[in-house]
Amino acid sequence: MTTTAGKGRASARLWTSVPWRALAPVVVLAALCIALGLAADNFATAGNFARIATSAAVPAVLATGVTLVILMGGIDLSVEGAMAVAAVVAALVLVAAPGALGAVAAAFAALAAGAALGAVSGAIHVGLRAPSFMVTLGTWFIGLGLAVWLVGGGTVSVRDSELRVLALVRLGGLPLSVWVALGTVLIAWVLQSRTRLGRALFAVGGGEDLAAQSGVPVGRVKVAAFALAGLCYGLGAVLAVAQLGQGNAEIGTGRLFAAVSAAVVGGTSLLGGHGGVLHSLVGVLVVVVLSNGMILLGVPPYLQQAVQGLLIIIAVAVSLDRRGQGLVK
Amino acid sequence: MLTAENLRKSYAGVEALRGVSFEVRPGEVVGLVGENGAGKSTLMRLLAGTQRPSGGRILRDGQPVSLASPRDANAMGIAMVFQEQSLILNLSVAENLFLGQDGEFVRHGLIDRRALRRAALHQLAKVGLDIDPDRRAGELSFAQRQMVELAKALALEDRVDRDLVILLDEPTSVLEQAEIDLLFSRVRDLQSRASFVFVSHRLDEVLAISDRVYVMRDGAVVAEAPASAVTPADLHQMMVGRGVRTEYYLESRQEPPRSDVALAVRGLGQQGAFRDVSFDLHRGEVLGLAGVIGSGREALIRVLFGFERPDAGGMEVEGQAYAPRSPADAVARGLGFVPSERRTEGLVMTLSLGANITLARIREAMTPWGLSRSKEQALARDWISRLGIRTPSADTPCRNLSGGNQQKVVLAKWRTAGSRVLILDHPTRGVDVGAKEEVFRLIRDLCDEGVAILLVADTLEETIGLSHRVLVMRDGAISAELPAPAGGKPEQVRIVEHMV
Repeated sequence: MTTTAGKGRASARLWTSVPWRALAPVVVLAALCIALGLAADNFATAGNFARIATSAAVPAVLATGVTLVILMGGIDLSVEGAMAVAAVVAALVLVAAPGALGAVAAAFAALAAGAALGAVSGAIHVGLRAPSFMVTLGTWFIGLGLAVWLVGGGTVSVRDSELRVLALVRLGGLPLSVWVALGTVLIAWVLQSRTRLGRALFAVGGGEDLAAQSGVPVGRVKVAAFALAGLCYGLGAVLAVAQLGQGNAEIGTGRLFAAVSAAVVGGTSLLGGHGGVLHSLVGVLVVVVLSNGMILLGVPPYLQQAVQGLLIIIAVAVSLDRRGQGLVK
Repeated sequence: MLTAENLRKSYAGVEALRGVSFEVRPGEVVGLVGENGAGKSTLMRLLAGTQRPSGGRILRDGQPVSLASPRDANAMGIAMVFQEQSLILNLSVAENLFLGQDGEFVRHGLIDRRALRRAALHQLAKVGLDIDPDRRAGELSFAQRQMVELAKALALEDRVDRDLVILLDEPTSVLEQAEIDLLFSRVRDLQSRASFVFVSHRLDEVLAISDRVYVMRDGAVVAEAPASAVTPADLHQMMVGRGVRTEYYLESRQEPPRSDVALAVRGLGQQGAFRDVSFDLHRGEVLGLAGVIGSGREALIRVLFGFERPDAGGMEVEGQAYAPRSPADAVARGLGFVPSERRTEGLVMTLSLGANITLARIREAMTPWGLSRSKEQALARDWISRLGIRTPSADTPCRNLSGGNQQKVVLAKWRTAGSRVLILDHPTRGVDVGAKEEVFRLIRDLCDEGVAILLVADTLEETIGLSHRVLVMRDGAISAELPAPAGGKPEQVRIVEHMV
């Protein structure tokens, strides 16, 4: 069957099958690291890399969640709301039940809270056939409101809790939270590429009607994706609580932008169907390395925000595949 | 095998099916024809489980069945091959083949990709398609996608312990002749394992492939006959319920073209697509462009309308040099383009009929005080009556119009824009028989008005019937030019011999 002509074709295809467009974020990340290494003396140090890894942990977990939703062509704006609820729940459980067992319970309670909020988003989105954009805008504020109400507007300090081992104990020079985040991305990657649910996410992103016609249970897939995304936000909240030693409703502030821009910068299409969690991990690193570099170079904070805004626009402009697409709106 | 008894379906009070009885026997190819809106698609949807009937029964091997979803239909050995674009383009061929059915490849919660690939190769072999199952569906040609669809439907036989019924909903509408032949030969080979229901607008095709034909009109079956006992003209008459005009392509209205040249093309070429193309298109002339996919005719019309630039040669419109850098340039010089993809290129589906008509020349509806709705509406109403567009009002969004009426709106748009050279790319694709005749009439009207028309038609018969002259393209060059005057139309074979 395999003739020489076939082999020639195969090698040509190997060349064209290299996803150049998908690799662009990796090239950007490498270029950024080299440039910063040259520009800032203290960039390329083990300590700084550990710092980058540490600050990338929470965004990576959040971006993983957002990516699952974006892959199927939806958008999840409820990141900050879900984190708020999960963080407050975790803190309250920690206060009620100190000790190692309490910490485990707090973590699971936070995961459950995040997943529940996500499942609610998904169920409303599917049940009412409402755009995910609007639904999750709503659940974002529901989450925030719930969180403020639960703690009466204040902050719950959990400075001495066992949960903090996630941030304080280091393994191979990196906090446990970094390993947890890496593990999450890995699990999500396996889920995305090797399970029926993952396949269904891509199918829904590529063509929801067609997927439904083929017998893919679209509604269940969507609810599952939003719930899994919520689970990630819950985990992000646990890591954030461990890092900060406190839980409050503001713990997620500013996280949505970072998560969505990481996904986009990484090359996950907002139209759905293209990209994935590994892309988003690269996107997170681009965003975190850039902000780390700007701090090292002494760029004023507000300018840093503007640069991040610019980054997301450039990423969209570069990553969109305009072939065969006459008009864009 | 599969029987429908007195099936009914209504949408919001409108009866789409009013008691249809229909039968598919083992190993049979059943043709299903009818004008748009006759109920063919509705019947298909009920059989495929994407919609549920309002009344009547569906029986499989004599047993009443309830088909609440495509999955239910699949479990009963019924699968549908959808018209076009029903593969998910970002998934691989293998993933598409087993979409929604990939449970059998799961080992310990993970999909066994090697097993999936093996199974995909097995299914592709059945339809004689030699492609890598790991390729993304988006990289395939339309014909290949259609074959993958067929393979997907046939994959059912490994899961279901009975003979299959495969519903083919206009499988040929995006295919060229050679591809259609391939599809048909596969269908014939597979007749031992499956029965087919074949829906198409092309009556000659239906008769060529089917054993038996059902004709539908206004939500009911009006005739059933062995395919060998009827002619396309018979079918046509049964479909429209009125006498077929003796001359389908209005040949008697074909007047000799005028002497002045509207569009002159000299030595035009584009690297890798076509080369050394020269012709004159006269006012009042229909110039048919024949050729298989890859012959260069698609690229040629894209260059003519300014979507792409040529590498060699030049063009003149009405004696003036013409080198369009964009479709806007082409429109400004009096060219109009009626694309085959009406839904994405021809009309803004969400806009009203009136707004679409003035799209290419908004100033027709302008007053010194801005856009005048009454002017736009008057213009729209004028076209509605002139072209016989069937629409509730001038405000109706174009997506609510039938294919034929949409096509009329596209033509009205270009006439409003003052186009003197029209490029018609498959103007009757997906248009029912009655509306086709109206499109033909429009083409004759346009010629009478002195419009020059370059025609890329769905079938050779149509190309010959409508054109004054036929240019045949092969491998990027013009291989023949045949006159086709009224009363002296060339045979199809004479054109085919220059095509391949």
